[in-house]
Amino acid sequence: MLYNILGSLLVTDAFLVYLIDMLTREQVLHIAKLARLGISDAEVEKFQVQLSGIISYIDKLNEVNTDGVEPTAQVTGLLNCLRTDEVLSEPLANADDLLSSSRNNDAATHSILVPNVFE
Amino acid sequence: MNLSSLAIQEAATALREKKFSSVELTQSCLDAIKKHDGDVRAFTTVCEESALANARAADALLAANKAPSILTGIPVALKDVFCTKGINTTAASNILKDFKPAYDATTVKKLAAAGMVMLGKTNTDEFTCGSSTETSCYGTTHNPWNLDCTPGGSSGGSSAAVAAGECLYALGTDTGGSIRQPAAYCGITGLKVTYGRVSRFGVISMASSLDSIGPMTKSAWDSAAVLQEIAGHDEHDTTTPNVAVPDYLAELAKADVAGMTIGLPKEYFIKGTDPEVDAAVRTAIEVLVKKGAKIKEISLPHSPYGLAVYYVLCPSEVSANMARYDGIRMGPGPTKEPKDLAEYYFNTRGEGFGAEMKRRIMMGTYTLSSGYYDAYYTKAQKVRTLVMRDFDEAFKDVDVIITPVTPSTAFKIGENSNDPVKMYLEDIFTVSVNVAGLPGLAVPVGFSSQKMPIGMQIIGPMFSEAKLLQVGHVYQQETSWHKERAMK
Repeated sequence: MLYNILGSLLVTDAFLVYLIDMLTREQVLHIAKLARLGISDAEVEKFQVQLSGIISYIDKLNEVNTDGVEPTAQVTGLLNCLRTDEVLSEPLANADDLLSSSRNNDAATHSILVPNVFE
Repeated sequence: MNLSSLAIQEAATALREKKFSSVELTQSCLDAIKKHDGDVRAFTTVCEESALANARAADALLAANKAPSILTGIPVALKDVFCTKGINTTAASNILKDFKPAYDATTVKKLAAAGMVMLGKTNTDEFTCGSSTETSCYGTTHNPWNLDCTPGGSSGGSSAAVAAGECLYALGTDTGGSIRQPAAYCGITGLKVTYGRVSRFGVISMASSLDSIGPMTKSAWDSAAVLQEIAGHDEHDTTTPNVAVPDYLAELAKADVAGMTIGLPKEYFIKGTDPEVDAAVRTAIEVLVKKGAKIKEISLPHSPYGLAVYYVLCPSEVSANMARYDGIRMGPGPTKEPKDLAEYYFNTRGEGFGAEMKRRIMMGTYTLSSGYYDAYYTKAQKVRTLVMRDFDEAFKDVDVIITPVTPSTAFKIGENSNDPVKMYLEDIFTVSVNVAGLPGLAVPVGFSSQKMPIGMQIIGPMFSEAKLLQVGHVYQQETSWHKERAMK
């Protein structure tokens, strides 16, 4: 097992470029947009190589036949754990403490201020 | 020997025999932190005043014979992902710089009720994503056995603090090996519990279907004592099943491996593992055989896919969990003035997350995106089912499974930083346990020729923590590796 994986390691980032399908610059920028993540030009190039390397590694899952196998989302089998809808006699945290953990806390209005959404 | 080098078991007895006070024990830890932590850098925050106040309160309870627990008056360090009310909790990320939670995590509350002395918070890879503590915004922690090496990760601050004798025990989190691997690299005992055995309420999430919490200690006995206080159902964490919590120390008192069958999976004893690691683990197994355990070679055929499953599920769930960090409710926000709300998010997240977090968020966003979800996430969840079935089959024939924790001993700082896939391979023997939700115990079993610690992993069926601790305890009664100390 380790040998197979070590084999895939011995290639350097630069060499990977020639071995696998590279994500395009546009694909990387699209993923960053979906993630609301600001990345630099240098990071775009780095992620083209590194994400492509990781994708080629996880593609080995396609070697496994999973016909008729149920996916597992939760290992202990608990499902839909509900509680009764009642006000806690003792709150887990008080509102002032919660508000004060934000630097955008506005004590006068007892609220968190956010940038304008509408022009 | 400094008081801070003691294990919980010895210190708890001495506190009751009035050989020293909790204040003296706590001061010894604070002195060790002052002496060593400039080099080791295990702590992100030290709470000197409140720790001494905790200790005085514990001494009062002990003097009145009203100590609620073995842990009363025992100093602990918490990984910096456990929410501590009013005390910095940063996940070692700039995006949570100076964040002070409004409440305590359930585990913190439980330990407080047990009379803990909270020394401070320990370093971690950013949001626990890493295997070396190098991705922390505070810089890396150093291994107390060799300062040029990493302590492992992500709970490397906790493992280094225990190994350096800066605390008596610590709490860590384990998503793919983050308790067991640093425990092995630092020569301490670390327990990853069954998924849901310990509440995660108030602990910063990384990958929610894999995360677990556990003790990092100087012996299996100590891990049992800590688990006793933190295990159990929590109404605030709906992933904690209502399974009875055994009396772990009573179970340890009955520890016996005679007649037990230990499975050795052939996929984990392979070329490519450092021969010194392989030899130390095999020697440790011989100790258990001499105590009456039987050995059976087994196969976990989907092992080669465990890491690939993990590196789909983990980044996917990381990307979802990181979506909440928008710079509005928590953290410093962007330094550049944004022109609109969207740019506020882009700048906050672009500036706040480090390289490894960005990589995982990007990877997870890709695997969860429209058109790829089934090909990657659902496929990985199906292979996850097969990995679990392998273990279920194996546990029909064996009581526990033993493997090395890692293929090698601690690596040099910087050695793997530029190669994410090589870094991910650090977790190759530990991730499948998280994928299957099982408990796993890391126990020190010797040293390499370079005097770096080696760890053995004991894996059991769900909720078999007592059995794993028994095996670890039997081993530690026959050996003294767990009594070796890195720093004087």
